[in-house]
Amino acid sequence: MAALINVPSKAKRGDIVEIRTLTSHIMETGFRHTADGNLVPRNTITSFTCRYNGAEIFRADLFPAIAANPYLSFFAVVKESGKFEFEWIGDNGYSSAASASITVE
Amino acid sequence: NDKYPEEAFRQKSEADAIKVLYGKTAEPSDKVKLDAPEIAENGGVVPISVTTTLDKVTSISFFVAENPFALAASYKIPDGTIPAVANRLKMARTTKLVAIVEADGKLYSATKEVKVTVGGCGG
Repeated sequence: MAALINVPSKAKRGDIVEIRTLTSHIMETGFRHTADGNLVPRNTITSFTCRYNGAEIFRADLFPAIAANPYLSFFAVVKESGKFEFEWIGDNGYSSAASASITVE
Repeated sequence: NDKYPEEAFRQKSEADAIKVLYGKTAEPSDKVKLDAPEIAENGGVVPISVTTTLDKVTSISFFVAENPFALAASYKIPDGTIPAVANRLKMARTTKLVAIVEADGKLYSATKEVKVTVGGCGG
């Protein structure tokens, strides 16, 4: 588990909830050189998706200009109890997933 | 529009990147609210957020003009999601920052100058 997810555990029907995610990743730009002059190869997260009860509510294409340990905050309108699923995909076959549940009253 | 926009990412200037990513140009709008620091002490982590009062928003993108490649992030906003996003960007040096909001098929932009004390891209 390399991700921190912050989703309220409870909400009222129709509420707008803030979803905050932080995942640990080096986000190497591919522009840096080592002391002996070799280029450090690019290693970034390239895409992020969030699904709410199976439906995609947020998607991001990310580039090397995203800071290390990418933090994202966005908002969703909740209509029913369920699960948020998060997925990060990156260079070199990187993939990471997390989920969070919400109870809607 | 579901593929990773490799071509847009390869554009060095923000104007070209916007053109390649969206195929059109943006007009400045005060309905796009871009929140960024005046001075960023560490260009490696600059907190940036954007909110908008525009309707029918389908995507939000960020461009950092002085970076090696301008395109920094592109977010798809499906129906029913609130058009607001916050993230942290890297900036090579003092730069113009452009946020683009695509709403109802049109592009709207907000621009801000961010002074960077220490660059975030490395030598």
